[in-house]
Amino acid sequence: MTTSTTSRLTLRTLALAYLVALLAVPVLMILWRTFEPGFGAFWESIRTPAAISAMNLTLLIVAIVVPLNVVFGVTTALALVRGSFRGKGFIEAVVDLPFAVSPVVVGVSLIMLWGVGGWFGGVEHLGFRVIFGLPGMVIATIFVTLPFVVREVEPVLVEIGTEQEQAAATLGASGWQTFWRITLPAMRWGLTYGVVLTIARSLGEFGAVTMVSSNFPGISQTLTLLVNSRYIDDQNTYGAYAAATLLMGLAVVTLLLMTLLDRKRSTT
Amino acid sequence: MPPARGTRAPGGRSLQVGLVVTWLSVIVLLPLAALTAKSFAGGVSGFWDAVTAPTALAALRVTILVSVAVALLNAVMGTLIAWVLVRDDFPGKKVVNVLIDLPFALPTIVASIVLLSLYGPDSPVGIHINATRWGLVVALAFVTLPFVVRSVQPVLLEADREVEQAAASLGASGPTTFRRIVLPTLAPAIISGTGLAFARAIGEYGSVVLIGGNIPRETQVASQYIQQAIEIDQPVNAAAVSVTLLAIAFVTLFVLRVAAGRGRRREEEVR
Amino acid sequence: MITVTGARKDFGTFRALDDVSIEIPSGTLTALLGPSGSGKSTLLRSIAGLESLDAGTVVIAGRDVTRVPPQQRGIGFVFQHYAAFKHMTVRDNVAFGLTIRRRPKAEVRAKVDELLEVVGLEGFQHRYPAQLSGGQRQRMALARALAVDPEVLLLDEPFGALDAKVRADLRRWLRRLHDEVHVTTVLVTHDQEEALDVADTIAVLNRGRIEQIGDPDTLYDAPDNQFVMSFLGSVSSVGGTLVRPHDIVLERPAPDDTRANGPGRVLATIERVVRLGFEVRVELRDADGERFAAEVTRGVAQQLGLVAGEQVWAVAPSHAVRDLPQPPDAGVPADAAEADEVASTAGVGEPARA
Repeated sequence: MTTSTTSRLTLRTLALAYLVALLAVPVLMILWRTFEPGFGAFWESIRTPAAISAMNLTLLIVAIVVPLNVVFGVTTALALVRGSFRGKGFIEAVVDLPFAVSPVVVGVSLIMLWGVGGWFGGVEHLGFRVIFGLPGMVIATIFVTLPFVVREVEPVLVEIGTEQEQAAATLGASGWQTFWRITLPAMRWGLTYGVVLTIARSLGEFGAVTMVSSNFPGISQTLTLLVNSRYIDDQNTYGAYAAATLLMGLAVVTLLLMTLLDRKRSTT
Repeated sequence: MPPARGTRAPGGRSLQVGLVVTWLSVIVLLPLAALTAKSFAGGVSGFWDAVTAPTALAALRVTILVSVAVALLNAVMGTLIAWVLVRDDFPGKKVVNVLIDLPFALPTIVASIVLLSLYGPDSPVGIHINATRWGLVVALAFVTLPFVVRSVQPVLLEADREVEQAAASLGASGPTTFRRIVLPTLAPAIISGTGLAFARAIGEYGSVVLIGGNIPRETQVASQYIQQAIEIDQPVNAAAVSVTLLAIAFVTLFVLRVAAGRGRRREEEVR
Repeated sequence: MITVTGARKDFGTFRALDDVSIEIPSGTLTALLGPSGSGKSTLLRSIAGLESLDAGTVVIAGRDVTRVPPQQRGIGFVFQHYAAFKHMTVRDNVAFGLTIRRRPKAEVRAKVDELLEVVGLEGFQHRYPAQLSGGQRQRMALARALAVDPEVLLLDEPFGALDAKVRADLRRWLRRLHDEVHVTTVLVTHDQEEALDVADTIAVLNRGRIEQIGDPDTLYDAPDNQFVMSFLGSVSSVGGTLVRPHDIVLERPAPDDTRANGPGRVLATIERVVRLGFEVRVELRDADGERFAAEVTRGVAQQLGLVAGEQVWAVAPSHAVRDLPQPPDAGVPADAAEADEVASTAGVGEPARA
């Protein structure tokens, strides 16, 4: 469009002002508030026993969720792209479902299934505590991150087609050999991207986890729960800022990784 | 493509499908089924009573009202930002482009804290929107920012600029060209981005939990109502409002999908 | 030696192979030639084990491999779109089959070096497929297939994705390679020129059946039916009689000529005279408006003084006319079950069809 310089500058100013007020200033603000008392204060605030425990729990959840999502995500993508079976469209829709479900609703659904009086509530008598235990937080996180790996791997599988796999077969490779040597390397960037998205969401999930966690400081708090309870329960505003800054740092790393991977993906 | 011999899936295709179906059932379908069953534990009338309880209804009303406002805000600002990012050029554009994704990468509770630090009780700029509907709008605008930008951007990149130049050569002014030529091309992307932003906004919890204030009938949104209902042990109420939220999200996404399909067909006919 | 007996294959309601039997002797280079959807690719893929037959058997080197997966058939397969392993270097691509078989490193190295030299890619071993031209990629794919010392080499439209010049070079190179290596080779193509150029034996397929098998000369000079005649080489119809354009004899009408049109003999108007080097193509139209072409030498053209607008007798001499039956199911199917073939049908050398 042939736009005059004035209108172009106006539009630019409007867009940037919106972004500055909504994104940039708040983010800089919290950074300033976190580091104004000095880096030492920040460091101390994220080295309290409750914070360390929250960090560990968060990483533990990530460490359980990522491998499960990789295995089942890749399996699902392979079945959807390579297989032809009845109900494929339905499975496709189910994979997208978590995108449409509110995190709180995820939590409530899990309570209705696994909680006391739920369909699977009986497992508690077997000593397997899902709701208000680690399994509940893990399942909640899997629910909200389920589409990522599938949706990133699927288009790659479509694009590479089956010829390379057939060629490997004619050269003597078994199904598993073909998978490890041909299919998996071919989808490595898509898979990595899906894993990064999964990690980011797992680190940051709040709504679903808060519903199914007993939320005891030092025991069953993730980093996001820690931010919330410091702000609300402890009236420890600074502590909340510090923990949020830590999470934000992780998010920025994720963002950079995503940008780098995007470039990598488009060049290979 | 016909599945060829010899490239059989590791473990066999049927085992694979069985595994996938089991996994999706346990993680996604059964919980949602249990939720739906619970919401109808008191029959249809029980469901209806739960959803139309004054606080529940008010929460749903606030949720939809605010989400519609945020969606519309996104439609305008998202399109504007996308346009500036594609057609304008200024130092630091690449940084801005990366920044757009920040709300997706940032944990929602952090978004809440971040906004509170600026617009909260001890705001350094003197803006206090804590515990108001404006607070909800800002929080939701923050977390849904990327939807419209990221769906409009690629379309704008691919748009044929010669068509715009042709319009200009025929005497159309800048605004006229935008309204008559550019906007119709972008419309599907804007609508789909706006719809996704709306679907995200109605279910949002983390970003509004701190800044929203959770005042019943004022700023309490549906997700907060659900959380509270669970806390005070009213699972049927929680389940019923949850199912309502789900239904709204599904309908939104379904309508989007149908609209997208129709739009695509129309464009193909032109070709 | 490959023996296929009574092969049948259906894709849904489409019959890709309909009771096909063929014997391919050891050490020969055989082309499977036919239009899109004729079943030639399906036949090749069935020999490879990439498709399983609904009926019939495949025997390779005396071993019934009908139920044997492709991994154990002792074949080398080359795909139209190369199927290069994009994340591996040229060396790793070629070495793949040997690595799978856990051969000693030194042996793999020696074998790969040797093959890279054979296909003229020495010096390229550390490149990735994306850094090669199409022709180089296909030679890499060929080296990869040959590395495992296959019993038979199967090529599925191997040059279909290349441009005309590279294609012609590569097929002559393939012929020389075959003369050196002598591995039993089956090549699928829809390009009659390619088949005539490289193959010892050509099998013409149409609608899932084999119309005729023979050496290029036999197929060209003594086609069994109209389909084979029109698919291999160009054909003109002189008053309903099919004949090769260069067999048509042109005669100036005598002033008192009262002969009537008949089968193999029509009075036609010259529409255009086109010089093609040594030959001259004369484009003609008979009284019914049917257009056809004749090819004569320049000497003949000059002697007759052929000029557009004049009339000549076009005669199909009896020695060149064969009374050919229609093939059992005449016509070319529009159905294109083999999508890959459709994409490449637009290539050169597309024969005129009856």
